[in-house]
Amino acid sequence: MDNAQTLLGLLEAAPSHGYDLKGEYDRYFGGQKPLAFGQVYATLARLIRDGLILEAQGGESSGGPDRKSYSVTAAGRVRVREWMFTPDTPEPTLQSNLFAKTVIALLLDEDAASLLDAQRACHQARMRELTRAKRDADLATILTIDHALFHIEADLRWIELTGARLTELRAGVRGA
Amino acid sequence: MSTPDAQGTQPLIRARDLVLNFGQTQALRGISLDVYPGEVLAVMGPSGSGKSTLLHTLAGVLVPDSGTVRIGTRVLGELDQATRDDLRLRECGFVFQSGQLLPDLGALDNVTIPLLLAGVRRREAIDRGRAELDRLGVGQYGARYPAELSGGQAQRVAIARALVTRPRVLFADEPTGALDSLSAETTMVALTDLARADGTAVVLVTHDARTAAYADREIIVRDGRISAGIGVPLVDENPADAGTTAGFSAHPGFSR
Repeated sequence: MDNAQTLLGLLEAAPSHGYDLKGEYDRYFGGQKPLAFGQVYATLARLIRDGLILEAQGGESSGGPDRKSYSVTAAGRVRVREWMFTPDTPEPTLQSNLFAKTVIALLLDEDAASLLDAQRACHQARMRELTRAKRDADLATILTIDHALFHIEADLRWIELTGARLTELRAGVRGA
Repeated sequence: MSTPDAQGTQPLIRARDLVLNFGQTQALRGISLDVYPGEVLAVMGPSGSGKSTLLHTLAGVLVPDSGTVRIGTRVLGELDQATRDDLRLRECGFVFQSGQLLPDLGALDNVTIPLLLAGVRRREAIDRGRAELDRLGVGQYGARYPAELSGGQAQRVAIARALVTRPRVLFADEPTGALDSLSAETTMVALTDLARADGTAVVLVTHDARTAAYADREIIVRDGRISAGIGVPLVDENPADAGTTAGFSAHPGFSR
């Protein structure tokens, strides 16, 4: 995800001090990886330089040393909408390592089906773990986990289909 | 995953070496498995792999050519037809993909059927049926006919009907197959929560990985055999070790 645009969007929703902005970001998007303060301030500096936000002295911060608060400019609001309504390029995140393992296994006459099965079991175990984590989670966390679950499921389908095509793939690899 | 064996609990279902042929087709080719009380076991596999046949064999609907199924202390093959049917009525619940509710009866009447068949008096059956619909969050739909329920609501009524007799085993065959993602989730949460609370063992046949993720454990059936991740124990030969899932990730040939 694009942290700069996300922070800009949060600032448009509510002008904020850096400290509170980080808290807001972490609440929605932090998950296991909260944003570093250094990254927040570096991003804010860049957004000021680009004329997308303004800084002002004073206001009440709920904590932290900073006395400056930040709000979005008209150009910033335009940027948020450009970002928001521009579709992302679908990422064909190929199962590159797994595909490589499968092809090498076939070349070496190793058991490709069992490596796919092992990966499958690992994926399913992860899905069970994530599904358990959805219990009693807040909605933002649930949505993040759902996204992960659908992606893992997509991998699983690839594993299943590749498993079904191993004979064909073996012939192709050997014939090449 | 839970390790009920650690407390010395016996498996509720113990299947050994199940073989079943339909003419020339070998549907089951030697399947063994254990399911513990309160455990949800997902059975996955491609179409035609034998997973539904396995479910029907575990439930005693199909009789294997060889091998045994034990539910509790009773071996299905040693029972006569009437006793087996009675066991299925009292100790097993069933949920299918869709269309299992009787269309001419309201939701509550659908839920009371298995109780009435088991000889429970009408008044008590209605009370228990109502309570079960409440437990599934569909208490307000008792008077509705199946056609007046959404897919998710109908499925929860079906689960209420399956669980109202407090079966020891629940057999679910593609219970989310006809549902959208959100209804599937609500259905699976209800099904697994209640089964675990009741200590009911669940055999969940599905080809949907997200549905299977509600289980404690999964097996994959291929060509009538169990094909599991490497090292995953399928059968509790040594009760002290059963239930661990640590095996596959420790396999030397496999790393993330």
